[in-house]
Amino acid sequence: MITKRIIPCLDVRNGRVVKGVNFEGVSDVSSPVELARYYSDNGADELVFYDITASFEGRALFTDILREVASSIFIPLTVGGGINTVEDFDRVLKCGADKVSVNSGAIRNPALIGEAAKRYGDQCVVLSVDVKRVDGDFCVFAKGGRENTGMEAIDWIRRCVDAGAGEVVVNSIDTDGVKKGFDIELLQRVCDAVSVPVIASGGAGNVAHFVELFHAIPTIDAGLAASIFHFREVAIPDLKMALKQENIPVRL
Amino acid sequence: MVAIVDYGVGNLFSLASSFKAVGAEVTVTSDPAVLRAAERIVLPGVGAFGDAAAKLRECGLDRVVIEEAKAGKPLLGICLGMQLLFEKSFEYGEHEGLGLIKGEIRPIADVIPADLKIPHIGWNALHFGKEKSPLFRYLNEGDHVYFVHSFYGANCAESVIATAEYGAELTAAVASGNVYGCQFHPEKSGRVGLAILRAFCEKEA
Repeated sequence: MITKRIIPCLDVRNGRVVKGVNFEGVSDVSSPVELARYYSDNGADELVFYDITASFEGRALFTDILREVASSIFIPLTVGGGINTVEDFDRVLKCGADKVSVNSGAIRNPALIGEAAKRYGDQCVVLSVDVKRVDGDFCVFAKGGRENTGMEAIDWIRRCVDAGAGEVVVNSIDTDGVKKGFDIELLQRVCDAVSVPVIASGGAGNVAHFVELFHAIPTIDAGLAASIFHFREVAIPDLKMALKQENIPVRL
Repeated sequence: MVAIVDYGVGNLFSLASSFKAVGAEVTVTSDPAVLRAAERIVLPGVGAFGDAAAKLRECGLDRVVIEEAKAGKPLLGICLGMQLLFEKSFEYGEHEGLGLIKGEIRPIADVIPADLKIPHIGWNALHFGKEKSPLFRYLNEGDHVYFVHSFYGANCAESVIATAEYGAELTAAVASGNVYGCQFHPEKSGRVGLAILRAFCEKEA
């Protein structure tokens, strides 16, 4: 049986891992290479590595760091941030990424997902989407969560999956950084709409929130978090033991 | 020396790094002479079977891999590289493989319940059956490895050395003499995956 994945996310700016609260007020945490190795050795099922400045400053990822991370860990690595063209896919895949996450790049150029999926396969293309409730509707936000695109989120996600996105990371801006649990309502809607793996992001504050997520939505594939792992508030081996005790399948 | 066959599909950076991590001397090559001189050959692969098989033939490396394997050199196919070892594949048409493993590649949709997601992606447990292959000598029954695939090895019962349960018992690894294949990615399977690569490198050539 496939296990539920626990995925630490490393937001990188200027070569350091940072984590914003509601995407603002970032604070320096640690070295990407050190953290990646730590997680790889301590039960993480996968890593996500975002260049959080790239989407609005057009800054290229620090490929040296990426290469160093990719050569020191032996679990799947997803890379995002500043992915606007098929050439950007090529650049990060050559540095050792296994999957490439697209967010603003797909909003600017909706053909990007299809082109990349055709060239590298659906399994390589991850749609990352920042969602926020606006007047009761789920809206897609761009530019690191700062700009409302006006697009309805479920419809956008469905279109991207039809175009070839092989996985979806759903970041709820409403619950991100608040540490009161994942956005179950939004995630359930996404899981009902698509048949590719869905990764929950935004809101995890403790072990119980992951238990709640996997119990509430049995079809969800993974839970992603950053600061609670980086600050050791939740240790992944402890989290996985707790999930196992709740009969949620995990890799120990 | 472990030689990773470079025939123009996919990124071989992680694979090469993982062999370095287990202390192996490794080279990524499309040079037949280097493949012939190597102690061990690794056949990687991502994407579609038909394209990959055609690319391997275009650069003439299919014959080198077959000849070296038949001469007894340890060969490890990974993911699509494992599938290429089979006689044929039914991925978008019908394509001929290298014929080093008896059997064929078929869609997992044929054998798993309709409500399960395709591809089979994520960490799944290995089951070894009665006898454990030397490739898995450092592993325990139920150890998890990372899979990403939509097609599987069928009609290959005599070569199966591990299976994974995903609505059906799917072929996870095969072996026939000195020829090995893993459907999953050992280079992405943490310490368990590295232990498999170490065992492959230690096997007497």
